[in-house]
Amino acid sequence: MRHTLAVLVENNPGVLARVAGLFSRRGYNIDSLAVGRTENPAVSRMTIVVEGDDRVLEQVTKQLHKLIDVIKINDVTVDEYVDRELVLIKVSADSGQRGEIMQIADIFRARIVDLGRRTITLECTGNDGKINAFEESLRPYGIKELVRTGKIAMLRGNRFTNLNTNGNREDEQ
Amino acid sequence: MKMKVADALIRCLELENVRIVFGYPGGAMLPVYDALYHSSGIKHVLVRHEQGAVHAADGYARASGEVGVAMATSGPGATNLVTGLANAYMDSVPLVVFTGQVPTSQVGTDAFQEVDITGITLPITKHNYLVKNPSDLPRVVKNAFHIASTGRPGPVLIDLPKDVAQTEIDFDYPETVNLRGYKPTFRGHPNQINEAARLIAAARRPVIYAGGGIINARAGGELLELAEKIAAPVTNTFMGLSGFPGDHPLFLGMLGLHGTRYANLAVTECDLLIALGARFDDRVTGRLDAFAPNAALIHVDIDPAEIGKNVRINVPIVGDVKQVLQALLPLVEKTDRAAWLARVAELKSAYPLSYGRENGLKPQYIIEELYRCTGGDAVVATDVGQHQMWVAQYYPFKRPGTLISSGGLGTMGFGLPAAVGAQLALPDRQVVLVTGDGSIQMNMQELATVREQELPLKIILLNNHALGMVRQLQEYYCEGRYMAVDFKFHPDFIALARAYGIAGYTISDSAEVAEVLTRALAEPGPVLVNCLISTEENVLPMVLQGQGIDQAVSR
Ligand SMILES: Cc1ncc(C[n+]2csc(CCOP(=O)(O)OP(=O)(O)O)c2C)c(N)n1
Repeated sequence: MRHTLAVLVENNPGVLARVAGLFSRRGYNIDSLAVGRTENPAVSRMTIVVEGDDRVLEQVTKQLHKLIDVIKINDVTVDEYVDRELVLIKVSADSGQRGEIMQIADIFRARIVDLGRRTITLECTGNDGKINAFEESLRPYGIKELVRTGKIAMLRGNRFTNLNTNGNREDEQ
Repeated sequence: MKMKVADALIRCLELENVRIVFGYPGGAMLPVYDALYHSSGIKHVLVRHEQGAVHAADGYARASGEVGVAMATSGPGATNLVTGLANAYMDSVPLVVFTGQVPTSQVGTDAFQEVDITGITLPITKHNYLVKNPSDLPRVVKNAFHIASTGRPGPVLIDLPKDVAQTEIDFDYPETVNLRGYKPTFRGHPNQINEAARLIAAARRPVIYAGGGIINARAGGELLELAEKIAAPVTNTFMGLSGFPGDHPLFLGMLGLHGTRYANLAVTECDLLIALGARFDDRVTGRLDAFAPNAALIHVDIDPAEIGKNVRINVPIVGDVKQVLQALLPLVEKTDRAAWLARVAELKSAYPLSYGRENGLKPQYIIEELYRCTGGDAVVATDVGQHQMWVAQYYPFKRPGTLISSGGLGTMGFGLPAAVGAQLALPDRQVVLVTGDGSIQMNMQELATVREQELPLKIILLNNHALGMVRQLQEYYCEGRYMAVDFKFHPDFIALARAYGIAGYTISDSAEVAEVLTRALAEPGPVLVNCLISTEENVLPMVLQGQGIDQAVSR
């Protein structure tokens, strides 16, 4: 099963290498990893999507906790959460196809962010399923370039992954 | 107070009560060595190779219970530390290790003697730091000592660029540590401890399987009390040896690959296995599905990631093993378990540890005599190989922390520098190194350190003219095709010792053992005893690859 981990880390140089190194060294599979800063400039947040059964996940969580720079880990998948990903897709589009492509964009509530002579670049946000469907619908036109940010996720409602609260079950023993 | 970072570093070490640092200088470390020059409180031990420095700091830490400190210059100095760091990491030894680095402006440019040592040591340190901001240094050192010595101990490396070391800062040593991502759990969960007590009360055939955690947590007393109270036999991992008195009737010796048959069979027959500060290493468990097949498992460990890593645990308890045992002891009843102990006694007499005494000089006999001559009271360092296993089998350690050996990494060449560190930590104790003719040649240069520091170290060289342990593997797994294991040339070890100002003795016959050992041990200075043993002697019993520990080749 796929799990989405929200991981708060010290915003120290090398922290990404520590986390990435841990995954490759121990043979855990990362589906995606997104990093950025949070409301607190000293803290970064990683959203890591990992594939594995409960035992693997337990090991991943425990090994992550052993890193001194890892402050907090939430497996948001065990709770209600929202997740989003952003994709930029550049497709070939001659003038005859533009209308169709714009219709598809409409359906997915995507936006056109650039127009070239033979290309359209679209931006779309959503969860996995939506992004995948969007990509599939554009495939017939010829995808020239595609980039996804990786998933970010947040617990719903009055639950948090931050320094002060125990928003979710803290995955510590 | 204003001072240079290099001086601040030395000041930090003084405030951490560091008495000895092991090191080797170089260009990038000039400022730090210049600062050491002015320190009256800290003794610097100049080794002959940086690997020697880190192993010596390791041996010092194990013998003293303090944090070991080593330092080396950038580039090759730093890379020479790698094996030692990995060794300390695997065996959970608290070290703080400093490396010089090229000036910050040159970092990342492949400058002369630049290596990315924090990158290289990422997977073999508990944590590491590259100090870029001079004013961070005091806090980094404070954190490093805290991280190295608490929770599951381990090595921490601090990489210090030369220009940073020369920068002046306002020195202020923090009193407290605030690491929000690092909060080891010391007290076990009370519900889990109750559950453990319930399993212990219900068990009919319990065995305690105790590892190095007992020694790190200084929980030998609690372990003894628990074993006696619940009448459970105790087996040690290699790292756990000395954590339980070797001459105690409840002691089963070491388990696993070269464990005693009776320890392995008791574990196989037990209905409750109580793992204390041990990690179900593959050298202990053999084939996993045949390991303690009928047992419920209690696992106490300070490192949550060790629990459930290799085997499924019924009662996991994260905590300091000493604190957990203190909480558990009042919850268990005094029992005698006569039937189980009778069965264990039966196993002990049916499958004793033994060796052929008939012909020639036997290494096992030398170790037994060493035990007699030292009253079991020596601090024994070893190298890696057959001689190490013979020590594990035939030297029944009495006091916690008296075995100093490379368990997890199995580093040949660890022994001599580690013994140097141990002897410096315990100048008044008898420190003995048991080594092999292969291993000693891996860090032999440290004989100079032994002499220079005037250490009364006693070196027992079990010289089988071979890389015995690998030879044994080739005998069993390669049908006796011996490849690259027999030494066709050896230096004259006695002359070599003499060249370093170390006294030398040779033993070639069993009849000489007691007398020569007694004389050698009584010498005030360092001694090397070259024991000429047979090449063919094997370490038995031995669990073959892929087998359960209930199976074994024995004599
Ligand atoms: C640095 C290192 N290289 C290689 C090995 C593999 N190895 C394990 S035991 C051994 C032989 C050790 O020989 P010696 O020190 O003479 O001890 P003996 O087994 O003969 O007692 C070797 C080569 C190792 N453990 N460490």
